[in-house]
Amino acid sequence: MRPPALRTAIPNPVRPRSPVAASPWSSHRTAILIVLACVSWASARAAAHGFAGQRFFPATLVTDDPFVADEMSLPTISLVPNPAADGAPSTVEYDFSVDLSKRITPNFGIEISQTWQTIKTTGAGNSSISGFANLEIGAKYLLLVNGPHEFLLSTGVGAEIGGSGSSSLGVDHFSTISPGLFFGKGLGDLPKGLSFLRPFAVTGVLSLGFPTQAKTTTDSGDVQQNPHVLGTGLAIEYSLPYLQASVMDIGLRSPFSRLIPLVEFNFQTPLDRGQQGLATGIICPGFIWSTSYFQIGFEALIPANPRTGHNVGAIGQLHFYLDDMFPRSVGKPLFGGR
Amino acid sequence: MRILQALSGAALLLGLNGAFASSALAHAFLDHAEPRVGSTVHASPPELRLSFTQELEPAFSTVVVEDEKGTRVDKGDVRVDANDATLLRVSLNPLPPGAYKVIWRVVSVDTHPTEGDFTFQVAP
Repeated sequence: MRPPALRTAIPNPVRPRSPVAASPWSSHRTAILIVLACVSWASARAAAHGFAGQRFFPATLVTDDPFVADEMSLPTISLVPNPAADGAPSTVEYDFSVDLSKRITPNFGIEISQTWQTIKTTGAGNSSISGFANLEIGAKYLLLVNGPHEFLLSTGVGAEIGGSGSSSLGVDHFSTISPGLFFGKGLGDLPKGLSFLRPFAVTGVLSLGFPTQAKTTTDSGDVQQNPHVLGTGLAIEYSLPYLQASVMDIGLRSPFSRLIPLVEFNFQTPLDRGQQGLATGIICPGFIWSTSYFQIGFEALIPANPRTGHNVGAIGQLHFYLDDMFPRSVGKPLFGGR
Repeated sequence: MRILQALSGAALLLGLNGAFASSALAHAFLDHAEPRVGSTVHASPPELRLSFTQELEPAFSTVVVEDEKGTRVDKGDVRVDANDATLLRVSLNPLPPGAYKVIWRVVSVDTHPTEGDFTFQVAP
């Protein structure tokens, strides 16, 4: 089961499940699965910040971006309400995630992410379950940075470690390996007549999730298929700091001069095993406020289709730039740094 | 109570940022410039002043001002202000009306480099 708002190196796909039996526990479990599915496209991870030329890219919240950096998200908190459906009670899920990224060399880094989940049923018969989601790890290599065109490209692989989380949450007992390709592009090289579009930038990721088991049997005896899943993520941002420093000083001062409004899109599309085309996704408008040492981000989590869910959630994150806070110690690469 | 908690959290974060800022680390972002980024001025400015968010390393911080033909129009006396290490200054030759491009590259005192450019115009 993919934890919501899980933040590891590579977006990990949601794996739609076969329906489980309608026993009381199964109903509860179904609710859990629905809730988790509603937010799992937020399977971003310890997204990174960085520069390409004069472009500063912040760390996005629900999609991964192409940078390798020393940084830490502590915490990422998300909340997703989910209505009652198919006999399952309405629930609210709270996630508390910690993500850490560490550069081994200036262009190669590793990442680790852990999420604590609490799922509460609402209405009559309140109850809750809590536990750790499966551990997620990843590695990323920065392939290319083109400063004048504010472009960069990287590749990486992420893994959800099956069975490492709490069984009460119904975590997967198989692992999923997700290689991916990441890019970032600022529009700072647009011609003079389009100056006010120059603060726009996009980052994106394309990944493919490979489950280590094609099918598994649940505790209730049902067989579920685990498809390969295409993950696509895109973040469109408009940098007010870029506008102020590179296009036109319109008089913004702190804190507004450090705001970066953005919209993120994250979709997971199963490719086979009877679930092809059953995509889920979220659309996440929000903003990031970036300082020299940390950033704060808030976004809404809006289901992109009925299959994903019906309720709007929210995510917030406090993210520290360790390479800026501690440039001479824990914030520099283990090898090859300054 | 929640409002108080939120304000306390914000104060903590601002204090945290201030604590690190006082140690003058991190990347130096351009905070503002004079002449202002993208502005039009009606007289030739005697000097360009760039104010950054971090203190600068003088030996590795530079700025060039060019006219529309790419000809350098500053006097080459780039310097970090003696009383304000976040301020980079360069004197300008008399500038006739036209568009000018500022190209800067600085290194903060903890060796983080940043770069950028912008334009301003001198109107008749």
